Amino acid sequence: MRGTWTVFKKEFREFFTSPTGYIYLVVFLVLTQWLFFRGFFVIGQASVRGYFSLLPWVFLLFIPAITMRAWAEERRNGTLEILMTLPLRDPEILAGKFLAGFAFVVLSLLLTLTLPISVSLIGNLDWGQVVASYLGALFLAGAYLSIGLFASAISANQIVAFLLGAVFVFFFFLLGMDWVLATFPPGVAAVLQYFGLGYHFESIARGVLDLRDILYYLSVMAVFLYLNLRSMEVWRIGG
Amino acid sequence: MIEVRDLTKAYSTTLAVDHISFTVRKGEVLGFLGPNGAGKTTTLRIITGYLLPDEGTVTVDGYDVLSQPLQVKQRIGYLPEDNPLYLEMKVREYLDFVAEARGLTGARKRDAIDRVLHLTNLEDKYRKTIETLSKGYRQRVGLAQALIHDPPILLLDEPTSGLDPTQIVEIRNLIRELGREKTVMLSTHILPEVQATTSRVIIINRGRIAASGTLDELLQKASEGEVIHLELRNPPQEVEPVLQSQPWIESFHRIAEEDGAYRWTLRGPEGKDIREDLYRLAVEQGWTLRELWRERATLEEVFLNLTTEEATA
Ligand SMILES: Nc1ncnc2c1ncn2[C@@H]1O[C@H](COP(=O)(O)OP(=O)(O)O)[C@@H](O)[C@H]1O
Ligand SMILES: [Mg+2]
Repeated sequence: MRGTWTVFKKEFREFFTSPTGYIYLVVFLVLTQWLFFRGFFVIGQASVRGYFSLLPWVFLLFIPAITMRAWAEERRNGTLEILMTLPLRDPEILAGKFLAGFAFVVLSLLLTLTLPISVSLIGNLDWGQVVASYLGALFLAGAYLSIGLFASAISANQIVAFLLGAVFVFFFFLLGMDWVLATFPPGVAAVLQYFGLGYHFESIARGVLDLRDILYYLSVMAVFLYLNLRSMEVWRIGG
Repeated sequence: MIEVRDLTKAYSTTLAVDHISFTVRKGEVLGFLGPNGAGKTTTLRIITGYLLPDEGTVTVDGYDVLSQPLQVKQRIGYLPEDNPLYLEMKVREYLDFVAEARGLTGARKRDAIDRVLHLTNLEDKYRKTIETLSKGYRQRVGLAQALIHDPPILLLDEPTSGLDPTQIVEIRNLIRELGREKTVMLSTHILPEVQATTSRVIIINRGRIAASGTLDELLQKASEGEVIHLELRNPPQEVEPVLQSQPWIESFHRIAEEDGAYRWTLRGPEGKDIREDLYRLAVEQGWTLRELWRERATLEEVFLNLTTEEATA
């Protein structure tokens, strides 16, 4: 626990020791505002639904950018040797890195709360839907973060980590898309759809929080965090 | 304090450490001396729990590094090779992070940070970003990090590499001072470094321990002419009269008996390699030859490969 908190603080602070973290926040905010108001004015609806249905696409680039440094830079600079010879357990270190990324996403999403608030001032806003969508966005982000961290663990530098993370996420996202599924026989398509990151977000974007979707995101996190722990063991072997 | 037994570690293509065993005694300053690629860093990384061994055991203060890595890590302060640092952090933030990761909080943390800042003479660099510091100051930050929890054991991997002569002297003085109360293991490929800092030396070469002792003893040994090691299955009463009667064998000593095999060290005349003669003798006598090798070659070769100049970087 203590180790996780220590690593968390170090990682979270790192986002803001260079301009990068601020740039991410600004770009994220500008992009989400733009997407939101585009939907708002075009559809003319006091709804955040259009915005949330595009969030998986924004996260596709935003989250690998958050995680790309996490391991790749430690490995490149050799600081991994400092980190891994401190009296910390591997899961503590990993949890600290994961939670720091998560906190950064939470912060970004908090800053977008101005959107539903401004909608609620103009028209009728279904706050239940908004809350459900934000919760869903957090689960989606958690899944993306675990994938991005794993990509960083197996990449030699942060650029590769970013690209690999985006490709992994994109791949899992595509699995759930109708036009991809259409190319498979129905039985296979149903299975693939279950593994699609986007499929599970669709109902969430509608404001429906389903236990199955949450379980799905939790299992994605479990799988990729586990793979990440295995990478740490591989480093210890000298790979 | 540190017990290394039969330690072996191979990377995909290289055997970096090959069944080495040694002990670091409590309170000593041990020099771990060997040319580049000898396996020093690999050994230290296994002791600190950064790498896992393929075979063998390491215990630190009685704790096994494989089964109780946290206990081991708590007792060790470690300055890795090339002194990796979080360059974007301020000195204060970095020491804060390391102190907390080592379980120090509140007043104990502040005291620990004050103590190492004083010890490493970093008080006025406290608020600086590490990236802006000179190489010498960075080295002190690395040392401060290693000392923050006042560990009984200090492992330093090439602690003066890349420093200028003044900085080297400073760091060595600090190491000598620390050596008064701590067990120190210092790896280096620079001969004068062990002269300046350590009491005992282990020489490692190509993943094997070539010799150990005080540096003077080792230099003496390296210059004494070559020693041939001979191991046979045959008993001394059969072998020794024959060795005695060979004019080209200056002297021999029986040094070990193990599993029914006997080992001798032999000397030939100055400058003559008698290994082939010994082989022919063994064949002639029908002896069962288990091992035949020249010792001085390794030790001398090691010394030849060591850097004897200061501040080459
Ligand atoms: N990560 C690694 N992967 C592959 N080979 C390595 C690795 N690290 C070290 N080696 C090899 O192992 C041997 C020992 O290296 P090292 O322990 O770094 O020696 P030293 O510290 O004495 O210079 C060398 O031949 C080196 O090239
Ligand atoms: Mg080395």
